[in-house]
Amino acid sequence: MRLSRTACIGQALSFLLLLVILAVAAPRTAAADEASDDPWPDLQTAIFADRQIADGSSFMHLEAPARAADAAVVPLEIKFDPAQMPGLTVKTITLVIDKNPAPVAAVFHLAAVMPDPSIGTRIRVNEYTNIHAVAEMTDGKLYMAKVFVKAAGGCSAPAVKTPAEAVAHLGEMKLKLPPDATAGQARRAQLMIRHPNFSGMQMDQVTRYYIPAKFIEAIDITYDGKPLMSVEGNISLSENPFIEFSLKPDQAGEMSVTARDSDGAVFKKAWPVPASS
Amino acid sequence: MILLAGIWLGATAAAADDSALTVTEIAPGIFVHQGVHAEATPENLGGIANIGFIIGDDSIAVIDTGGSLREGKALLAAIRQISPLPVRYVINTHFHPDHIFGNGAFAASHPEVIAHANLPRSLAARAGDYLASARSAMGQSFLGTEIPNPKRLVGKTDDIDLGHRRLHLTAFPPAHTDADLTVYDEKTGTIFAGDLLFMERIPSIDGSVLGWLKAIDKLRRVKAQRVVPGHGPVSAPWPAALDDEERYLFVIATETRKALANGESLRQATATVGQSERPNWQLFDAYNERNVTAAYTELEWEE
Repeated sequence: MRLSRTACIGQALSFLLLLVILAVAAPRTAAADEASDDPWPDLQTAIFADRQIADGSSFMHLEAPARAADAAVVPLEIKFDPAQMPGLTVKTITLVIDKNPAPVAAVFHLAAVMPDPSIGTRIRVNEYTNIHAVAEMTDGKLYMAKVFVKAAGGCSAPAVKTPAEAVAHLGEMKLKLPPDATAGQARRAQLMIRHPNFSGMQMDQVTRYYIPAKFIEAIDITYDGKPLMSVEGNISLSENPFIEFSLKPDQAGEMSVTARDSDGAVFKKAWPVPASS
Repeated sequence: MILLAGIWLGATAAAADDSALTVTEIAPGIFVHQGVHAEATPENLGGIANIGFIIGDDSIAVIDTGGSLREGKALLAAIRQISPLPVRYVINTHFHPDHIFGNGAFAASHPEVIAHANLPRSLAARAGDYLASARSAMGQSFLGTEIPNPKRLVGKTDDIDLGHRRLHLTAFPPAHTDADLTVYDEKTGTIFAGDLLFMERIPSIDGSVLGWLKAIDKLRRVKAQRVVPGHGPVSAPWPAALDDEERYLFVIATETRKALANGESLRQATATVGQSERPNWQLFDAYNERNVTAAYTELEWEE
């Protein structure tokens, strides 16, 4: 599900509307009513329609602090154990923060060349919530894992501590690669993009207007021109979006990143990746 | 007038009725109320920061007004037990709720409300959250509290005169927050550092750890006799009062850089950085991990 570029509140309202329609269209059982504060069943229908989602906990899990120190910057890892998933390759991961105003935080599309589908990122968490990761495999089947996180206020919190800096460095990127990687070995790359990722939920108390949402909505990563990963982002990703992923280049080459924000601004950068010694 | 350090014996004004804050005269004409080292509650009225006032020959300047309208009113009551002069200036040292939410108590005398030039923008972005969490923490005690609206903004420096008493205001680049303002009283050599100085209570980084260390370097060059910290004792010797905070921030910056150099993740760093400082600070567990998160996300952009 690709969320539109309208403000967070607008998304929340249209999402509520969707829930109402779903509620009317599909009468709920008594059991469902008891768990009616759990948004997941409706979210699952809204995002994946009637597709079956199997328990993936034997080979995938989510790691996050049980209680976040800063709700605007919650580190999260979606980890896969390739040894426990023979023959399965991850094609897409959808990250859902159930109780956030924009629940779909990101969708990661992985190229088959990725040696390990494990992804790290940083998210905003608006209230105590379950977080779901749903992986679509190349055979078309869906698997999921979840984690519960205690944190509150991350969507409306102005994570931007130094706004003047944020404007001055808008769109700058940094790529970190471990220096001691050996040839043919997978290595973890960290991509960082300077962007305030305004959520659209911060209200100017004097004017009573919301500061407009402005966030990174697409990131394309290629290696020597071939797609490695693309990410659909949203306001639920933290300020200065951070993505960690695996890379296993056969030879020296160039990693290239193109990011686009919701105002249509495009940021590009490329880095030489040296041959491993 | 020169005061020798240690000669002045501060007199505590007795609170005649329980609606007036207890204040201590830390130097001639300078009174400070000490905040408690806790989070805001209905009982403490959000009174967790040091707040005070300076009396000149013609008028009074209030420096920070407390965490709620009620605390601001109790501060005004304390002033009225000491002086009938008008409160012409309300100075906000930064935008955190425990320092600014008493502004409304002084509206009747139409003071000039003064703040760092960045304060209106930064406060606007946070005010909704601040109001919601203060209401939930303080309930009825918070009723009537409004967002301050400073009109006299300080970009670099400014001076005000209370009648034979000049106060020098200095705006800082991002440090504790991006809107830190200090007040220096020339007459007694007293500096109100706001939250550029935490003592006893763990500092909280809501601006820039490197900027804060630079601000401390700059503050050390101020020729003062004593300082009123934003949190801690009502008065402390200058500049030794800066030592503990500087050490804490240095440890956080140094260990975070080391964690980054070792390839440690944000999560790993928040679990290890700064732990040696635990015995030195009150409320350590409530703020240290958040401080490390702030330092890590700042320092990871260094080359």
